[in-house]
Amino acid sequence: MKRSTFGRRVTVALVTAGLSLTACSSAGDTAGGTAAPFAVWDPYPQFDASSEWVKVIEKCGTEAGVAVERQAYDTSDLTNKVLLAAQQGTAPNVLVVDNPVVSTLAEGGVLKANQDTGLDASQASPNLVAAGEVDGKAYGVPIGANTLALYYNKAVLAQAGVDPASLTDWASLDAALAKVVGAGKKGITFSAIGTEEGSFQFLPWFWGAGAQLTDLSSTQAVAAVELWKSWLDKRYAPNSVVGNTQTTSWQEFATGEYAFAENGTWQLGNAAKLGFEHGVIPIPSRDGGVAPGPTGGEFVTVPVQGAADREATAAKIAGCLTDADTVAATDSALTYVSAIPSVQEQQVAERPELKVWVDAVQAAKGRTGDGRGTRYPRISQPLWTAVQAVLTGSKPAAEALKDAQTAAASAK
Amino acid sequence: MFRKNLVGWAFLVPLVAYLLLCYGYPLLTTVDLSIRDYTVRTFVHGGAQVIGLANYGDVFADPVFRTALLNTVVFTVASLVFQYGIGLALALFFSRRFRLSATLRALFLVPWLLPLIVSASTWAWMFNSEAGVVNAALAWFGLDGVNWLTSPDWSLVSVIVANTWIGIPFNLVVLYSGLRNIPAEVHEAAALDGASSWQAFRHVTFPMLRPVSAVTLLLGLVYTLKVFDIIWIMTRGGPGGSSTTLATWSYELGFGSMLPRFGPSSAVGNVLILMAVVAGLVYVRSQRHREAS
Repeated sequence: MKRSTFGRRVTVALVTAGLSLTACSSAGDTAGGTAAPFAVWDPYPQFDASSEWVKVIEKCGTEAGVAVERQAYDTSDLTNKVLLAAQQGTAPNVLVVDNPVVSTLAEGGVLKANQDTGLDASQASPNLVAAGEVDGKAYGVPIGANTLALYYNKAVLAQAGVDPASLTDWASLDAALAKVVGAGKKGITFSAIGTEEGSFQFLPWFWGAGAQLTDLSSTQAVAAVELWKSWLDKRYAPNSVVGNTQTTSWQEFATGEYAFAENGTWQLGNAAKLGFEHGVIPIPSRDGGVAPGPTGGEFVTVPVQGAADREATAAKIAGCLTDADTVAATDSALTYVSAIPSVQEQQVAERPELKVWVDAVQAAKGRTGDGRGTRYPRISQPLWTAVQAVLTGSKPAAEALKDAQTAAASAK
Repeated sequence: MFRKNLVGWAFLVPLVAYLLLCYGYPLLTTVDLSIRDYTVRTFVHGGAQVIGLANYGDVFADPVFRTALLNTVVFTVASLVFQYGIGLALALFFSRRFRLSATLRALFLVPWLLPLIVSASTWAWMFNSEAGVVNAALAWFGLDGVNWLTSPDWSLVSVIVANTWIGIPFNLVVLYSGLRNIPAEVHEAAALDGASSWQAFRHVTFPMLRPVSAVTLLLGLVYTLKVFDIIWIMTRGGPGGSSTTLATWSYELGFGSMLPRFGPSSAVGNVLILMAVVAGLVYVRSQRHREAS
């Protein structure tokens, strides 16, 4: 009797222990193993298993003669997921990742260089491939590109008597904003939030003024921040831009009150659903012409596996995903401009309104290009901090940018 | 004897295993992260150099640290004072038990039940400079709008208001049950002695509620120190760092940019943990003191 009570007690205790142990170690440990199917990770959770994109992945797997397993993550989650997986030796075989992250992952030894796997980026435009270049080696191939331009509300501009075709430099844009606000409408909305999005939106004005990321305190840079600040002061732009993400900024434009919105290629789908007629013009640079915007969009890359044959097969899948024949469908599903010039022409032939975007992408520059690589995040953060300080009136433009330059230069 | 001990140990195993796996290991890892010079490469491939307390030095020398620390203190103290004050007032109100009081009390719990992302996004909409309902209400009274989330002078106030609103139900529930536990005779005795209702509260209710208040405030402190979601969703710690707390700064360093800085990020996290531990120790000490006296 006594014995069985004892036995029962121990059993109960051990079972409880076992339960709590399994509860702690949770899921995971599912990836990995050399016989496993090829894992493809992408930041496109909007595409489900029945989408064209997933069919393309499966087709490319079949062509390479292997089974593929696709996993979608939220784009802001993906970098950390990949870093952790690489640390555990369970990185995916093919990784589709946002372009400015490529240089970080490459420098961390997570990605294989194209020259080592046989992946070929020569079809894509050099200004787009540049974002994935580290120490003269290219990593991955752009799947497509997006960038920023100015959406405008046709009715608001007509009412204010502004011809969008005449907006070719800052002075004409400024004059147009004055007319719009004079006519009782709102001017322009953009995103100046204190994250990478804020820097992304500021760069067309920064580069359009002739400033360089190597010197944040140049007079050109000061001119760009002062342009934004003057719009806030003159109520051409709402104060909410300081906290706007690109999504909330778009929501402001969608009210129909605003003449202009700085936003990206990815809004084209939503733009078609607006309750008013809209158009798109390139962002003008200070003295005329199209301002270079930052390139957005993902790269298809091959993470390190330590098994050359699997890496070579992964490169075949990556090559197939970015091939001119397959990528057109993917780019139209993502509403991206293709990275390949011949496909760009095809896109414009099918949808002439994409011409503006193709021009903008051709003028665009990679944030991590020019050998900046992993230095870019160290430059971008002081930049958005300075822009916010100026827009909220905490610091004058020259002083804020001087501080930003000091911070960027001293960061490791 | 031995057998008895074995049973005891067997029952301890689950707890110890749970503590070690789910608390001990992560805590140790954070300390380990904070004393090494991690780059992306060394994070993935290992071999990060131990650099002692250099990360802590960097963090303390950073001008953001002072702002974040000050903001953390202001945010925590202000949130606690208002949460506790309003929660206590409501608890006293509901302890009178009138018609519909149970229904009303249940309604007050709603903020607690909503997912934080819903509450924080809603507050962000209400505080929007252009289209927010708060500024619309101010305009209705003929007042100028305030840039609640986009002005460095107001952003911290706005997140404190939202966090207070979220924290009131917790204080209400705990303090209400504390009030219910005070025997009715004590109040009757006070009334017989001719105490006014303020005197009864000041000299009877409040002192008898002290143990419950202490627990409420300590738990509130720990919850508030680590508040991250509300601030991040509403202001991202901005504009220009004006609503950055240690919690949001730690996240910003570790995950907020494309180039993670795990070392300094976990150093800030450890400072935060230390602050909570100190508060806990103060509480334990004061409890012992009370029991001894």
